[in-house]
Amino acid sequence: MSFHPKMAYDATFHKSARLVGDEGAPFSYTPENRARLDEIVKRYPADRRRSAVLPALYLVQAQQGYVTPSAMRHVAEALDMTAADVEDVVSYYTMFYTKPAGRFVLNVCRTLSCALNGAERVTEEICAKLAIAPGQTDPSGTFTLVEVECLGACDRAPVVMVNDAWHENLQPEQVGTWLEDLRTRGESAVTGCHHVVEAKGR
Amino acid sequence: MDPILTKHVREPNAFTLDFYVQHEGYAALRTALTKKPDDIIELVKASGLRGRGGAGFPTGMKWQFVDKKAAPRYIACNADESEPGTFKDHLLMERNPHLLIEGCAIGCYAIGAAVAYIYIRGEFLHVQRILEQAIADAYAKGFLGKNILGSGFDCDVFLHRGAGAYEAGEETALLESLEGKRAQPRNKPPFPAVVGLYGKPTAVNNVETLCNVPLIVARGAEWFAGLGPEKNGGPKLYCVSGHVKRPGVYEASMSVTLRELIQDRAGGVRDGRTLKAVIPGGSSVPILMPEQLDTQASFDAIQKAGSLLGSAAIIVLDDTTCMVWLAENLLHFYRHESCGKCTPCREGTDWLHKILQRIERGEGQMRDLDLLSSISANIAGKTLCAFGDAAVTPVLTTLKYFRHEYEAHIKEGRCTLPAAWRARQPVGAH
Repeated sequence: MSFHPKMAYDATFHKSARLVGDEGAPFSYTPENRARLDEIVKRYPADRRRSAVLPALYLVQAQQGYVTPSAMRHVAEALDMTAADVEDVVSYYTMFYTKPAGRFVLNVCRTLSCALNGAERVTEEICAKLAIAPGQTDPSGTFTLVEVECLGACDRAPVVMVNDAWHENLQPEQVGTWLEDLRTRGESAVTGCHHVVEAKGR
Repeated sequence: MDPILTKHVREPNAFTLDFYVQHEGYAALRTALTKKPDDIIELVKASGLRGRGGAGFPTGMKWQFVDKKAAPRYIACNADESEPGTFKDHLLMERNPHLLIEGCAIGCYAIGAAVAYIYIRGEFLHVQRILEQAIADAYAKGFLGKNILGSGFDCDVFLHRGAGAYEAGEETALLESLEGKRAQPRNKPPFPAVVGLYGKPTAVNNVETLCNVPLIVARGAEWFAGLGPEKNGGPKLYCVSGHVKRPGVYEASMSVTLRELIQDRAGGVRDGRTLKAVIPGGSSVPILMPEQLDTQASFDAIQKAGSLLGSAAIIVLDDTTCMVWLAENLLHFYRHESCGKCTPCREGTDWLHKILQRIERGEGQMRDLDLLSSISANIAGKTLCAFGDAAVTPVLTTLKYFRHEYEAHIKEGRCTLPAAWRARQPVGAH
C-alpha cells in the first residue's frame, strides 16, 4: 500500500519506466590486465584497494575503448567498492568515456594561452573539415573532437592532445593536411613534446 | 643567476640515471641520510624555501606541522599542474625526473614517511612514462626501496595518474582522488599535516618545491636564501606564455623583474604590438598593468603590487586582447572545472559564465555589471577551498581595470576591438 495519496509507491514502483543505462557487453579483465591491476593495487595499503580505481578504469578503457556499466560492476568487485562508487568516479573525471569514441580523440585545448594563439580557429577548422561539432564523432568513426581545458603546454600553443599524445603549435591552416596525415600515418603524425624532440635532435 | 634546476634540460640524456649521478645526483640524499630527520627540517626552514605550487607557504613549517606521533605518514607530491598558463613541473619531470625522486626520498626521510605518491595529471602520459622508468632505475640502484644506501631507511615512490580534473590540484581534493574518490576538497582544519591521506599525517608538496630540497641539502640553507630577495630565496621557474615572441620556461632568482622576464627572456610582445596587461601567476590571480612591469617577480613584491605570484605562470596580453572575451574564456574554464561540492561555486560560476556570454554576444545590459560583482561577492570566501576566490578573480580584475570595455560591449552591442584582431593569424612559438 502506498503512503502517498496519489502516487503508487508500492511494490510495482521500482519496476517503473525509469531509464536504466544499457549494461553493455559482459566485461571482465583479460588475464594480463587483471595481473597488471593486481600489481598496481600493491602500491596502496591492503585495506585501501579503492585507491586503484583510476588505474583500474584506464585498464578498462585500454581493453575496450570506453567504460560500460558492466565494466563498472567488474571494477567494483575487483576493488571492494560499490558500483555506485565507481560510477561516481567515472562521471566526475573527464578522461573516461562512457560511449565509443573515434580512433583518434582530438582534444583541443581552449583555455587562455591556447585561445590567445588561435585555438578557436583550430577548432573551427576541424569542425569544418570533418563536418562535426565538438563532442561528436565523424561518420567514419575515425575522429572524435573534444574541447578541453588547459593541457599544460602553454608555451607551444595551440596544443591538441591526440588520444594520449601531444601535437604542439597546430596552426589553423595546417588542419586539413594534418587530419589526412593522422588518417594515413596514425599517431606518427603528431609532433610529440618538444622537450624530448629538441633534446634528441642535438 | 645561472640555471640550476633546468641547467641540463637541453642535454639529450639529462633524464637518465647515469647522467644524473655523473652530475652529483643523489649526493644530497647520501648526505641527508647521515643527518637527523629533524635537522633536515631545520635546514629547509632556515633556507626559507616557500611552496612553489601557488600559496608560497614555507615548506619547512609544513613539514614541522606533520604530526610525528601518528604513523604511517605520507608525502603526496602534487604534479597535477593544471593552473592555466603553468608548464614548469612538466619540464622538470620530463627532463630532470631524478631530482624530483631525490627530493621525494629526502622529504620522506625528514618527516618519517615510508611512501611518497606522485599525483600526476592524466594528460601527462609521456611524462609519466619517463618518470616510471626513472623510478624503476632508482630502485635498481638502491636509491629507493629497502635500506636505501645502507642507511636502514626504507622509502617507496609511486606514481598515481589522475584523469582530468583541475580541482585535483587542491591539496585535500588531491588526497580524496588518491583515495579513489571524486577530487573534491575537504574542510580545513584539520590540515593534511595532521589528518591527510587515509586519515594519516601527510605533507602535500609541489614538484618544484621538492626539486629544491636536494639543492638545499647539497649547498646549504645560506646559499639558497642568498639567491634572490629576503624571504624569497632560491631558484624559481617562470612560465611565460601568451603574446610573446619566445614563450617558455625561464629560470631566475626572484630578484628578476616582470619586465626582464617578458622583454629580455621571452623576447617581448610580438608583432610590434603593445602590452595591454599581464597575468603574473596563472589564471586565478589579478592582472597587473604595463606600468607595474618593474615589479620584482617574487611572492612578496607581486603581492604588494596587488596580485599574487601563484604558480609563476606569466600570461602576456597585447592590445588585441578583448578583456570581456578573456573573462568569458576563463569563466568557461572555472565553470567546467568546479567540482560541484559547494553551491556558491557550482551555481555561481555557471551564472557568471552565462552573463559574460550574454555581454559577449552583445545582449548585455548595464545592470549585468552589478550582477557580476554581486554574484562574485557571494562566491568568494564562501567555499571550502580557494577555487571560489580564484574563479571570481578574472571577472573582478577585468571589471576593475577595463570596465570601459564591458560598457562599450553593452552600448555598442558588440566587441569594439577591430574584428580582424580576433581572427589574426596565430604565430608559432619560435
